[in-house]
Amino acid sequence: MILDVTTLLLLISAATPILFAALGEVIVERAGVLNLGVEGLMIVGALAGFAAAHATGSTALGFAVAAVAGAGLAMIFAVLTQMLLTNQVATGLALTLFGLGLTAMFGKPYEGIKAPPVPAGPLGVNAMIWLGLALVPLIWLGLNRTRAGLILRGVGENHDAAHALGYKVRAVRIAAIAAGGALAGMGGAYISIAIVLQWTEGMTAGAGWIALAIVVFAGWNPWGALAGAWLFGGVTVLQLRLQAAGVAVPVQLLSMAPYLATILVLVLISARQTYARGGGGTAPGSLGRPFHALR
Amino acid sequence: MLRLEPRPAAPAWLELATPVMAVIATMIAGGVLFALMGFDPVAAVRTIFWDPLFGPAASYSRPQLLVKAGPLILIACGLAVGFRAGIWNIGAEGQYIVGGLCGAAVALAAYPAEGAWIFPAMVLAGAAGGWAWGMIPAMLRNWFGASEILVSLMLVYVAQRLAAWMAFGPMRNPEGFGMPGSRNLQQYPSAANPELVAGTGAHWGVVAAALAVVATWFLMSRHIRGFHIRAAGLAPRAARFAGVSPAALVAFCLGLSGALAGMAGLFEVAGPGGQIIDSFGSGYGFTAIIVAFLGRLHPLGILLAGLLLALTYIGGELAQLTLQLPAATVQVFQGMLLFFLLAFDTLTRFRIRSARAMA
Repeated sequence: MILDVTTLLLLISAATPILFAALGEVIVERAGVLNLGVEGLMIVGALAGFAAAHATGSTALGFAVAAVAGAGLAMIFAVLTQMLLTNQVATGLALTLFGLGLTAMFGKPYEGIKAPPVPAGPLGVNAMIWLGLALVPLIWLGLNRTRAGLILRGVGENHDAAHALGYKVRAVRIAAIAAGGALAGMGGAYISIAIVLQWTEGMTAGAGWIALAIVVFAGWNPWGALAGAWLFGGVTVLQLRLQAAGVAVPVQLLSMAPYLATILVLVLISARQTYARGGGGTAPGSLGRPFHALR
Repeated sequence: MLRLEPRPAAPAWLELATPVMAVIATMIAGGVLFALMGFDPVAAVRTIFWDPLFGPAASYSRPQLLVKAGPLILIACGLAVGFRAGIWNIGAEGQYIVGGLCGAAVALAAYPAEGAWIFPAMVLAGAAGGWAWGMIPAMLRNWFGASEILVSLMLVYVAQRLAAWMAFGPMRNPEGFGMPGSRNLQQYPSAANPELVAGTGAHWGVVAAALAVVATWFLMSRHIRGFHIRAAGLAPRAARFAGVSPAALVAFCLGLSGALAGMAGLFEVAGPGGQIIDSFGSGYGFTAIIVAFLGRLHPLGILLAGLLLALTYIGGELAQLTLQLPAATVQVFQGMLLFFLLAFDTLTRFRIRSARAMA
């Protein structure tokens, strides 16, 4: 049996970190900001969440601390890109390098410790999975059916027009970056607390970058992020199942699958967006452009 | 309240001063961090930035400077060309690994033959491997519009797993008693990349890095292609009207940076590294991004920045030995350095004015 309930749960669990990070980045990019530091935010969330859960024995507190740590680190990015108008690509990269270094430095004492168990929620599925699933419609509603969401999208589509209408472009973007950082931090903590069950250096292993690719795949839409995350979860679980089944392909080659699948998906969706305008959703108009109000 | 006012052009002295200010700010912030962790901040900063060059054990650590700076400068020269054009090759680490694998493959295939052709063939294979790995994101961007940032980065993880597979599988040393890892190329005279002048640390990779500095300087300031690259970075639309093909530029920049990173990987595997092991990637590809920015994307600046970051590597190792500082200290330093650099860069692009003076 290839698809039973256990496999399905495994898939949804494997997809959860990516889902959180991708949902966060959807909010950030819809506000017109390209934060390439998701990997750094996730790894900091993974360590902060693990450390807090280990110290208190409460995984809920662990996830909360991870959210705060992610939002806090994201503030460095916010100050640099929004106040000092630095290049968003370079700043995001710096955030990732800094996050990886910082966690390698402070993570040593936590190596080899087991995480406290995550309590099972309704239907034997933990609360974080439910929260991730609930966030999809909530963020969709927030973006598309509320005034705040309209302002956020306006800032992302055309920051000059939004500014002329009197909206605080910079404040909206900083808030979006904080929300994205919190979600990425929680996604990272899910990896250390609920999947791997311990802390190891560099354990996010590109999950943040995959989340960035999934945002493109999603057409900047929360429902698309869910589809992308499940696709990624499916590839991961399939790869693990094949390893366990002893397929005559070396483990190292099988473990390339999620990354190759991400490239493939990125190519397919980019081709669709390039050759069939209007299909699949397009990037926010002001994405990645710095905003500087002269008046 | 302060506000930023754009400058028409940055004064030359400020362009040169900001990297220096960023380094000083990093030292101060690093000192604060060490103090918080319970280390003597002055001793730690001195161990990292001063002792490798002038400390009591400097005669051992000084040659390491060129060994570490060589690959950083070689890779950063290629990256800077692309960054100037707004083409973001973030996957130099992957191109470095694949270049190393391809170069080592030539050596392992030729083993145990001896001949003067072997090492040049390895260099070519290394460059070709890195070039090919860089062409994947280039072609996917040109044909399908896929982001070269994400594709080149994904390919780093693929390359790391490829190296692990090679170390455990096809490239494993048949006389290695089942240990993972290839034959040691340092013990294979025709394939080895030895220290050229005893006590300097200079190997062929350092020579290649020096040539790359000169060549990219020529390309960027004296050649029409360099002019096109700069034009495309500053004003993409204007460059297109002037007849610059964006697709050709993407292929050129990713191919060039891939080839240089691949060569760096080959020089490393044939020299200081010696063999293909599962953790062959050493992070040079990522650090080179910082080198490129710290060097202001200028070849001469990259030369100095490469030496400085090489110093932090060696100083970090020294601080680990003498002060028991965590090994990741260097990474934190490098991340902070890039943050400060980007922040101080704002000064070159904007004047800071008080809001009251504006009104």
